[in-house]
Amino acid sequence: MTAPASNGEPMLSVRNVKKYFPIKEGILFRREVARVHAVDDVSLELHAGETLGLVGESGCGKSTLGRCVVRLHELTDGTIEFDGHDISRLSRSQLRPVRREIQMVFQDPYASLNPRKRVGTIISDPMRIHDTGDRRGMKARTQELLSRVGLSPEHYNRYPHEFSGGQRQRIGVARALALNPKLIVADEPVSALDVSIQAQVVNLLDDLQDEFELTYLFIAHDLAVVRHVSDRIAVMYLGKIVEVSPAEELYDRPIHPYTEALLSAVPIPDPQASEQRERIVLEGDVPSPITPPSGCRFHPRCRYATEICAAEEPPLVDHGGGHLAACHHPLDASPQPAGLPSSSQAEPGPA
Amino acid sequence: MSSASDVLLDVRDLKVSFRTEDGIVRAVDGVSFSLRRGEVLGIVGESGSGKSVSMMTVMRLIIDPNAIFEGEVIYKGRDLMKLSQDEMRRVRGSEISMIFQDPMTSLNPVYKVGWQIEEQLHAHERLSKRSARARSIELLKAVGIPNAESRIDDYPHQFSGGMRQRVMIAMGLSCNPDLLIADEPTTALDVTIQAQILELIKRLRREFDSAVVLITHDMGVVADIADRVVVMYAGRIVEQGQKSQVFYDPQHPYAWGLLGSIPRLDRERTHRLPTIPGQPPSMLAVPAGCRFRPRCPQAFDRCAVEDPPLLERAGDGHLDACLLPVEAKRERRDATIRPVPAKGPA
Repeated sequence: MTAPASNGEPMLSVRNVKKYFPIKEGILFRREVARVHAVDDVSLELHAGETLGLVGESGCGKSTLGRCVVRLHELTDGTIEFDGHDISRLSRSQLRPVRREIQMVFQDPYASLNPRKRVGTIISDPMRIHDTGDRRGMKARTQELLSRVGLSPEHYNRYPHEFSGGQRQRIGVARALALNPKLIVADEPVSALDVSIQAQVVNLLDDLQDEFELTYLFIAHDLAVVRHVSDRIAVMYLGKIVEVSPAEELYDRPIHPYTEALLSAVPIPDPQASEQRERIVLEGDVPSPITPPSGCRFHPRCRYATEICAAEEPPLVDHGGGHLAACHHPLDASPQPAGLPSSSQAEPGPA
Repeated sequence: MSSASDVLLDVRDLKVSFRTEDGIVRAVDGVSFSLRRGEVLGIVGESGSGKSVSMMTVMRLIIDPNAIFEGEVIYKGRDLMKLSQDEMRRVRGSEISMIFQDPMTSLNPVYKVGWQIEEQLHAHERLSKRSARARSIELLKAVGIPNAESRIDDYPHQFSGGMRQRVMIAMGLSCNPDLLIADEPTTALDVTIQAQILELIKRLRREFDSAVVLITHDMGVVADIADRVVVMYAGRIVEQGQKSQVFYDPQHPYAWGLLGSIPRLDRERTHRLPTIPGQPPSMLAVPAGCRFRPRCPQAFDRCAVEDPPLLERAGDGHLDACLLPVEAKRERRDATIRPVPAKGPA
């Protein structure tokens, strides 16, 4: 959790990225009949040394966006710039040097390690692929990585099944570190782990960030974990970013009603606090991303929604201090009382 | 709400072992607790702590020939462990029902949702087809499924995760059971859907006065809906008490470690999360003495030799299995975590 280098060029900038998945029908002539709007016109910036938390419920497109950043998905539209270069149109071979810089840690520590390979091979494979150094050097580096993530160098010849979930996730982290990347996209890195193990892995990621000056895109659905690790947080709903804010501010002063509801739904491990607070229970489920609602995508479930919300899509506007939200009736930040749609767009307040 | 006759379920010294290639694994080792009518008991613990196995045993759902059971499960005066499978089948579903963690796999994909609920009604009650269908629609409405009249003819894949969990709960409640066992009912769901399901469980408990055993690893969920809490570690209960006792005056170093290691929205952000070092022991090689000793920062020489019994040490029905004197425990605990709420009365 180093302070974000707020000045200067962002390390990663995601501009108007769209990712639609086609739904096809027919046997011989596979016509496209509909599209899943997984990520729909999303823009983000990430500065060196910072941790950006990306939160949202399942199906909101947060993992798809993460995979777009590491180019595991081809973009439908938009650009991704890394260190000032557009990487969104690069070919496989052109991408190779970029892949050294951007690595990923996956959610499921059971599925993301090849059960037939030894731990040493799993961690050193990236080095072999990118041809960094000789055999002996790679082995030494692998053993160093193993001890750095809290395992023992003697684990080099073991297989993944010999490890517990938390240890496997450490192996996944060691693999991501093998090439000295600048940016790590961590997709739900702790959500499959038990509580006591979760804290260990969160602390490990934190230490590694300080030590290797890493930048994290931390994707998770657990708002408490995200608050703990992030400098800034982006909230996604149904393919759109609805709010971006410095971490503490998001929890103290949510602007988007969806963020407010999401925060109020997080169970608090304190019986009294849990009883006293007001909980906003959202009605219904997240709508289908195949036919997302018109206007603001949250309006069918929003308790502040008015006519304008169904008609016009609210832009992501700055409410001061780098706190952005896309809402016609922003909470607590609006210069006008919420609920009065006086203009077609909510003007940014002079916060 | 406290007289001995109110006790609905009394589990006494339950032990479950499995014969495996590597030796005998004792998954549950002497678990005892009781539950009153209308009470919500939260069982917390990490994976492998034996919480699911204990409740599956109460339901007599473990039919592994390599499983060995000991102990008693007294439900309304009868020992469920002694019932035949036929007798047990009449208890299951009508008296005690269970909902499972994964709503995606606990429903049969090839039958309509309505059929699956009606099947259970027919198994336990003499009902006409029409009235079974009417009851099923009523149940689906009760758990908050919109358009229940038409949704009853849908297949499970046509429901979202949260909706499927509601269908599971509707099935669980179809015969108004006195005891509902919910095994991680919200773990696979998003927080906003989880909030809906927890509200639902609370409402059902008010309306039907059912007792609920809620198995979970989420302390936040327990804080929200449980009356009493059982904390399990490595097949044993290490702490048991009223919710306020366990949350505000946790006695066992594992329980307070667990509470301390969760990042919390209601507290200031800490720079580092306190952790419990190491990992849970393999059940094939359980440490001698206290099972938590190898991970316990408070361990002293007695912990290696004495197996600490679960006793009332902090008073008032608050049980724990730690050898440290209560005062020393409180002192050391308060030095590591802050169990009392930051704001508001203690």
